[in-house]
Amino acid sequence: MDPPSSLKLLGSWADSHTHRVQLALKLKGLEFEYQEEDAINPSPALLLHNPVYKKVPVLLHSDRPVVESVVILQYIDETWADNPIMPADPFERAVARFWCHFAEDKLAPAVGAVFSSSGEGQKTAVDQVHDNLKLLERELRDGAFKGKRFFGGDKIGLLDIVLGCGSYWLAVFEEVMEVKLVDPGTFPVFHAWLKDFEEQNEVKETIPAIDKLLEYARGIRQMMLSLSNGTSTTAPAAAGTTSAINVAVDGRSG
Amino acid sequence: MAAVSATTGEVKLLGLWRSPYVTRVGIALNLKKVGYEFVQEEVQGQKSEILLKSNPVYKKIPVLIHQGKPVCESAIIVEYIDEIWTSEPPILPSHPFDRAVARFWVTYIDDKLLALVRTLVFGATEGTSKAEVADGGAEAFQLLEEAFAKCSHGKEYFGGDTIGYLDIALGCWLGWIKAVEDVSNIKFLDEKKVPLLVGWAERFLQNEAVKGTMLEADEYVQRVKNLSASAR
Repeated sequence: MDPPSSLKLLGSWADSHTHRVQLALKLKGLEFEYQEEDAINPSPALLLHNPVYKKVPVLLHSDRPVVESVVILQYIDETWADNPIMPADPFERAVARFWCHFAEDKLAPAVGAVFSSSGEGQKTAVDQVHDNLKLLERELRDGAFKGKRFFGGDKIGLLDIVLGCGSYWLAVFEEVMEVKLVDPGTFPVFHAWLKDFEEQNEVKETIPAIDKLLEYARGIRQMMLSLSNGTSTTAPAAAGTTSAINVAVDGRSG
Repeated sequence: MAAVSATTGEVKLLGLWRSPYVTRVGIALNLKKVGYEFVQEEVQGQKSEILLKSNPVYKKIPVLIHQGKPVCESAIIVEYIDEIWTSEPPILPSHPFDRAVARFWVTYIDDKLLALVRTLVFGATEGTSKAEVADGGAEAFQLLEEAFAKCSHGKEYFGGDTIGYLDIALGCWLGWIKAVEDVSNIKFLDEKKVPLLVGWAERFLQNEAVKGTMLEADEYVQRVKNLSASAR
């Protein structure tokens, strides 16, 4: 029988925020117990440890809960000092935190909107994704991350984890929705970074196989279209599908 | 303000004191006794060259410019200040778990309070009644009351003996909250429901580090009235 771990992660298999935490724990070489949560049917443990948002991921460390993926990542980094995720320099830390905020505030909702809309609404959403990617591309090419292999430098760091776990949805949505989101011609540096990120062993061990993600996304899209008859520009998804999409892309509702 | 490790030219804060986010940065700089140049930014109409250049992504205040480099987003700026100027008192708690708790509540505050104030000032959106918004606000304050009980350990502030990260993140909103209470006739800082927060709010507003970072109470009230009128 395995000794009880002091680390337990409540997560969902298709949730990018859960993947962030799993990846960070892997990068730190930390063992943890995993409990799969159903977004529509949260367990008593989830309700107990995240009463405010009732969402994954929740990291339990010696039964004390840490909630919100970016908060969890910093907690992990501050508790286990080896293989740092955050940059050492305060200005670089502020820059990393800023772009994490951007990823949650602008990019993720735009990507989610591509998935949950159709027609004109979808075109607008795709444009927004492109606008956001342009900002990242510029930063990678000429700005704060110029000349770096990863956002974290030579190794994967906080921002790689935050952006990377979620960017795989871009390829999935491209296929399911038949839209072009990350054209390597338009976003060469971002595209190259993403491919490099996805090749890392720890990342390959964390992110589910693309065909599983495709199947998942197709299923949700079908449900949404059948609910709305595909005519509205922003599909009014039922609570379950909205929740599922939001869990997958954004980690929270709204 | 006495400069400790910065000459006045080295630190600039772009902002307006009516923004609670700018207030956050002012308080943090005061706590660390950092001298700085305040650059008033008119955010309605034409934005200044320096604002557009230093925050091209959001074009918003506050922006802290330190040694020529811009730092954006108030919560991020406060953490930056704490990491650069390491004199006592520390702004973030020292233990990683306490830091995680503080960061969680700051995320929650950023999630709830702007929406709450906006809705009460400009009017509820379709499908939500003012009563529902008020209930949502009361619930938020109840959660923050419990958070205070847990974080303060019986002391004066969320941060303990001195103002900390969570005090700053919530306290910056007090001007707007009280003004909205006044104008809408809804009480969030209700002694019967959130007595700890009421006591905390009073102490916070009297704190030395908060001086000069907020408008006068009646200025917030006037702004709420003007904004509400223009929304109709």
